[in-house]
Amino acid sequence: MTELALTPSQTTGPYLEIGLIGGPISSQLVDESDPRAIRISGVLLDGAGDPVPDGLVEIWQANAAGRYAHPADDREEIPVEEEFTGFGRSSTDDAGRFAFVTIKPGRVPWVDGRLQAPHLVLGVFARGLLKRVATRMYFPDEEAANAEDPVLGGLESEERATLLARAEDSALRFDIVLQGRAQTTFFLV
Amino acid sequence: MQPETMFGRVPDAALTETDPPLLYPDYVGTRLRAPKEPLVLLPSSLSELTGPVYGDGALGEADADLTRQHAGEPLGERIVVTGRVLGSDGTPLRGQLVEIWQANAAGRYRHAVDTHDAPLDPNFTGWGRCLTDDDGTYRFTTVLPGAYPWGNHPNAWRPKHIHFSLFGRAFPERLVTQMYFPGDPLFPFDPIFNSIRNEGARQRLVSRFELELTQPDWALGFRFDIVLGGREATPLEEPHVD
Repeated sequence: MTELALTPSQTTGPYLEIGLIGGPISSQLVDESDPRAIRISGVLLDGAGDPVPDGLVEIWQANAAGRYAHPADDREEIPVEEEFTGFGRSSTDDAGRFAFVTIKPGRVPWVDGRLQAPHLVLGVFARGLLKRVATRMYFPDEEAANAEDPVLGGLESEERATLLARAEDSALRFDIVLQGRAQTTFFLV
Repeated sequence: MQPETMFGRVPDAALTETDPPLLYPDYVGTRLRAPKEPLVLLPSSLSELTGPVYGDGALGEADADLTRQHAGEPLGERIVVTGRVLGSDGTPLRGQLVEIWQANAAGRYRHAVDTHDAPLDPNFTGWGRCLTDDDGTYRFTTVLPGAYPWGNHPNAWRPKHIHFSLFGRAFPERLVTQMYFPGDPLFPFDPIFNSIRNEGARQRLVSRFELELTQPDWALGFRFDIVLGGREATPLEEPHVD
């Protein structure tokens, strides 16, 4: 079969909110009244340490039981949640801040069957980013699971540190640094 | 205890067969925003083999017709933009959410940050959404967006374009891009368009005018097919074992 040539990427530009905010995809994956609800917020920063006010962060995650709402995750022994898509997006505000209300995902298997620690998959877009960059966020209260996570375990300790959210008040704080000494670790997926 | 295998590292500058590099200094916005550390080549686990899926019901009737979202009709040349969303093996991607946004016919976005001295159109917001049909086809009715100036360099103007957002079958296939119009005189001067180093890849973002799509006495027709796939990379730096 012939391989068709892929369509290349271009930047979202600064006006992405016109097309990507206000539609069916929101930053609230569950209702705030859900007893399992957690808040995750952070600041998107550039190489000068300045906030990026024209960015977009998307998250993709499994449900609380550790199952993705996608046909490729066909592990029927793990329950699906009809109302939970596992996908959300937040544009950044003038202070570069993005925020989500979601639930903590369960553990999903690695390529060799070992369990990964609970994590979110993130995609970041912005004016000045010619293509999406991808990273992951891990949870600070999962020390044992994080210690045996195959992705965290394959990284240098400074890289690993950039993927860990920290508890701040009653929420999780996860800053994303696009460039510079504290750059977030980005993956080629 | 067995040693952990470190992941491969891929310098982004090597990944230019299809996509632009993250750092393209002619596009000034990349200079402080492009990550410079090599990317970590991640094997595909279930987290990367899955991605958001959309069903019917999420969209409204006028969502795919940008000329019918207000009381009156927007000014400008009415156009139809259609095409198919395909996997790299040619599979039509059905039920895919396609999102677009664009400037109005005068080259002005309805956004607080856009201060270009051109009129807003009270009958045009500039967003559209639709789902692809069983053939992978999407279709929008809109107006031809105007070119507009931007601050990248002296006398910088963006070629006319429509922003497109697509999902594909799994997280790695997610794509945001821009569709251009054939024969735009601004192509040679636009660093965003030219950030795609492969000439053939660049041309894949230029839509085709088609008389067959053109509706008599109504709207010009443009075709823009989109092919989504996984990463293009071959790792240049081998994984190593500590």
